[in-house]
Amino acid sequence: MNEAQRLVELIPRLRRYARALVGDRATADDLVQDTLERAWAKLHLYRRGTDLRAWLFTVMHNVHVNRVRAARPTDTLEDEMPELAQRAAQGDALLVRDLDRGIARLPAEQRAVLLLVTLEEMSYEQVARTLGIPIGTVMSRLSRAREKLRAMMLGQPAPAKLKIVK
Amino acid sequence: MSEQVSELDLQAYADGKLPEERRAAVAAWLAANSEDAERIDSYRRLAEELRSTYEGVLAEPVPERLQRAVRPARARRFALVAMWAVLGAALGAIAGWQLHDAWRPAPGPIADTGAAMARRAAVAHAVYSPEVRYPVEVRADQEAHLLAWLSKRLGAPVRAPKLDAVGYSLMGGRLLPGENGPVAHFMYQSERGTRITLYVRTEAASNQETAFRFAKEGNVRVFYWMDRKLGYALSSADIGKDDLFKVANAVYQQLNP
Repeated sequence: MNEAQRLVELIPRLRRYARALVGDRATADDLVQDTLERAWAKLHLYRRGTDLRAWLFTVMHNVHVNRVRAARPTDTLEDEMPELAQRAAQGDALLVRDLDRGIARLPAEQRAVLLLVTLEEMSYEQVARTLGIPIGTVMSRLSRAREKLRAMMLGQPAPAKLKIVK
Repeated sequence: MSEQVSELDLQAYADGKLPEERRAAVAAWLAANSEDAERIDSYRRLAEELRSTYEGVLAEPVPERLQRAVRPARARRFALVAMWAVLGAALGAIAGWQLHDAWRPAPGPIADTGAAMARRAAVAHAVYSPEVRYPVEVRADQEAHLLAWLSKRLGAPVRAPKLDAVGYSLMGGRLLPGENGPVAHFMYQSERGTRITLYVRTEAASNQETAFRFAKEGNVRVFYWMDRKLGYALSSADIGKDDLFKVANAVYQQLNP
């Protein structure tokens, strides 16, 4: 079956996204496995000729949200971020670790947008379709995610409000 | 004096997704606004770092368990086993019927009210509807091919009714063996994942039309009827009698416009 081969080809990308999304390797691969099983079971719902990658990432997004909900029933996935201690930028190795940690500290929905745009290099429309949110929401989440991450990397708290250049 | 640019322009610029005609304006803005220039530059660097941090994952060998996840599993699902158990009695009845047939050279069509068809349809529903990997043989995206094939095998024009108006979309269909020959079997699914199947056989000996009849085999509900050359049985284990009746009506109306 053609789609099955394409699913297999997309596994490395799913793993990369999952790794960045959840952090550790085993949890990430669990997420990928759940996603593939679900995608395989629901393959008849995939409309041929449409973007299989976007469809697959939608499946992964839904599986991830359900897993997070199941693991932490009280967690409402709100836009919350723990304060980060101030720290000066250091060597490259540390920077990479900081980036890892910085991403982990982004609110889940901002993290998803940032990763789809930067890692998967999806268009904003594709991200909107994949996550089932309006494109305006994609843009605001992307903008907030970047600003927070930048502030963390600089060791500064994120500004309360983003300056809008008009 | 540089042109006005928006935050959207800046984000798209950082991602290299800005339309060509806007790029010059944004570049000019950034040349004149060092704070924004520095910010957008840091976004770009973050994106690059992000990509290089996770690039290695792409080259890692894919674990066996992930490759297995997209291969057909042979294990029967629990639901299927449960359905079989519930349908044990019905299966026994059918085995009996077949044995009976084998000893009788010519089954009389007069006595055939379709009850045997309803039982066969219920068993077919129980067997195929819980199927995850291969619920159908030919999927709905090849509907024309599916209908041509089934019509040819049944020797009568077979149609798959459109049931979207009652919330069901066609998943596809398959060919099944029936007591008198080939049977067309269509599967439909609702958005909630409930499934119904439509069993269509040729009525070789009769030219009769009947009203809807209802049967329950195990947990499978069946509405069945005959319409001249074809016999129909609509089955579901997921929805109640009233809902199934609505779908049966929709099927009937579609096939008899």
